[in-house]
Amino acid sequence: MKIFATYNIKGGVGKTTAAVNLAYLSAADGHRTLLWDLDPQGAASFLFRIKPRVKGGGKALIRGTKALDDAIKGTDFDDLDLIPADFTYRNMDLLLGGPAKGNTAKKPTRRIAQLLRPLAAEYDHVFLDCPPSISLVSENVMHAADVLVVPLIPTTLSVRTLDQLTEFVAGFDGHRPQILAFFSMADRRKKLHQETIKDLQAERVNVAATPIPSLSLIERMSVERAPVTAFAPRSVAARAYRDLWAELGKKT
Amino acid sequence: MTAPGVRGFVLEALPGDEQNLLSAALATLAEAFTVIAEPAAPGAGPRRRIWLDTFDWRLYRAGLVLVFEQARRGGRLLLSQADGTPQAEQAVTSWPRRPPLDLPEGPVRDRIIVLTRPRALLPVVRAVSTASVTRLLNADGKTVARLVADRITVTAPSQPAASHAATSQTATTAELAPRLAVTEVRGYPGQARRASALLAGVPGVAPASQGTFMAALTALGRHPADYNSGVAAEITAAMPAPVAVARLLLRLLDTVESNVDGVLRDIDTEFLHDLRVAVRRTRSAVKLLGAVLPDELAKHYQAEFKWLGDVTTPVRDLDVHLLGFDAMAAQLEAASPADLEPLRAFLARRRAREIRRLAAALRGPRFRAIADDWRKALLEIRDTGSARRRPPAAVTLALSTTGRAFRRVATQGGAIIPASPPESLHDLRKRAKELRYLLEFFAPLHDPVAYRKVVGDLKQLQDCLGDFQDSEVQRGEISSLAEAMLAERAAPAVTLLAMGEIAAKLARSQAQAREEFAVRFARFAGPAGQERVRVLLEGPS
Ligand SMILES: Nc1ncnc2c1ncn2[C@@H]1O[C@H](COP(=O)(O)OP(=O)(O)OP(=O)(O)O)[C@@H](O)[C@H]1O
Ligand SMILES: [Mg+2]
Repeated sequence: MKIFATYNIKGGVGKTTAAVNLAYLSAADGHRTLLWDLDPQGAASFLFRIKPRVKGGGKALIRGTKALDDAIKGTDFDDLDLIPADFTYRNMDLLLGGPAKGNTAKKPTRRIAQLLRPLAAEYDHVFLDCPPSISLVSENVMHAADVLVVPLIPTTLSVRTLDQLTEFVAGFDGHRPQILAFFSMADRRKKLHQETIKDLQAERVNVAATPIPSLSLIERMSVERAPVTAFAPRSVAARAYRDLWAELGKKT
Repeated sequence: MTAPGVRGFVLEALPGDEQNLLSAALATLAEAFTVIAEPAAPGAGPRRRIWLDTFDWRLYRAGLVLVFEQARRGGRLLLSQADGTPQAEQAVTSWPRRPPLDLPEGPVRDRIIVLTRPRALLPVVRAVSTASVTRLLNADGKTVARLVADRITVTAPSQPAASHAATSQTATTAELAPRLAVTEVRGYPGQARRASALLAGVPGVAPASQGTFMAALTALGRHPADYNSGVAAEITAAMPAPVAVARLLLRLLDTVESNVDGVLRDIDTEFLHDLRVAVRRTRSAVKLLGAVLPDELAKHYQAEFKWLGDVTTPVRDLDVHLLGFDAMAAQLEAASPADLEPLRAFLARRRAREIRRLAAALRGPRFRAIADDWRKALLEIRDTGSARRRPPAAVTLALSTTGRAFRRVATQGGAIIPASPPESLHDLRKRAKELRYLLEFFAPLHDPVAYRKVVGDLKQLQDCLGDFQDSEVQRGEISSLAEAMLAERAAPAVTLLAMGEIAAKLARSQAQAREEFAVRFARFAGPAGQERVRVLLEGPS
């Protein structure tokens, strides 16, 4: 079981859009895939038309009184399942720090990794869609993940975001996730975007060669309530995500 | 798609009306869901399945169902319990036109081989089905369940006819009533339940009471377990003895004929084995019970069935050697199993030659005459009574012949002392076998508990006598095989040495059987055994 997490401290950079499309592509390749929508806003759940509700709330899941397995919903697509968001996830930091059943790790930063372990026989790939921020949740996600997929808006500031994250992860002892950043919402008409992309791809090894362009079709996902890779598989947008997925397959 | 929580229904529509009934079902579902057809997955053709079992339904009898799901290349074998609970699954790269005796290694094979060996798996039913899938959506447009409608055409593959009488009525192709299944989407069990409840209320939609396999057998007019090698004929105590004997012999003739095709096609070795047992039983029945049949008839067919038994002997002897070959090779201490390989090749060559001879005999006029004329004569006796005016009742014949056979075993066996020649034990084996057959023929007339007690002890005695004689016979065969191999220059020295070792082992096991004989015989025919037989024949005192 390989765990991917889309992460960026910043909001609105394309984390959920990437998680939804990459998970869809993984399942379409025949990998048994699970997406956990960890954001109380429930954007990923919404895109799969699944109600952002977990019986017993986040508390039951994190404490372990309800098995993660029982919260899983099938999406409309073969081999793709989802654990929905829940409004109570907004208190996730508190829950993670609290008591939990069968918590052998004891460390509050390893709880999500521990909860996912029993699913290893059932799924080949897990995607975690994180809310933006630095919190106990995001730290948990970084410890659980094998690969952090980091969307970057092509600005000079984004370089710093990536460097900070790389440094933070380097401080982990034991398991460290691999980082692969990609440019998100890249605008071909903006000279600054093009230059940033070129520079950073030359400088950093962990930046994907495939940028995801800024496209109105991608925005349409919230109207269609489906991954763009599913409802417009031949579009430029879908092709970009497919290239990114292929690159992830090769590099991680 | 056949996820957990499948609920099955059958459309009980008149032929031609299936589409209307399906539309009615969809209209009912549309009250609660948005109903949309799911486009067929690209490249998804009809689904092809073949259900497999041995000729004598060993999997069915063990409560198992084995199906081969054909894919574009190769396919999968799925083993489940009769109620559909999955048991094992195995991918197979190719399914040869002639189903192999042994499946390729894998979890399904591991699970069934102890049941099926040495029988081959045969196709029992083939099915081609086309599914149309309808999605059931909730108010958010989310798929919360699916309705799968399956159109299934089934065919009975050409194969050995199990029962002589059933062949003519068996349909070869049938269309099953369309099957509907509500399949659950994970996390939405309530919605699947709701859809099922709605469907169940549609007139003409009935819960599927049988799995597809059973429904297919019913549609094809096949009865599962319609073959077994037993003798259970339909006889009663009060029936005139000639009628009972004719029924018995007809049942045995059915068994002989049911196995001919499998022998000719050389599907597995059990066809010939069952055929031979039926022939031996026939000969014993004619010998021991033939007094109630017309004189000439009994005499003529005694000779004919002796001929039939004799023509089948060479192949069976070779089968026995080949079936036991690996076990025999594994026992070698001085020689290595590889040393015996020339013998295996020699046996296989001989068998190929002998099976051609046997096939010629079974296709020839003499066998045809036995099958047809014997049947005609027996049917006449069965349906018109007998020539004799006041024949005894079946039970009278049963008690007198069984009692006499027991006394014969008791007397002959009682006279055997350690110094008696081997022939005396061989002879006793024949008498014991006759007694066994009589017990089995008349089993429906006996008290089952008393019957089991007597047969249990008798079987142990027979096994001992069988070991004694078979060891001797096989030893003789090993030396004549060695001579034949030498004559054909097919015998390396190491092979002959290995065969010598085998012969020595056989001599040891014969000696062991001889030692056990006294105990086994005493248990069967001593005072306690006599009492058990008395209870069987006279009832408890
Ligand atoms: N490549 C793109 N082109 C155009 N619009 C995009 C693209 N990627 C994402 N968007 C849009 O930008 C918005 C934010 O995207 P998304 O929800 O994926 O970001 P996020 O990082 O998950 O946000 P949050 O931090 O709030 O969870 C959405 O409306 C989405 O449709
Ligand atoms: Mg998001």
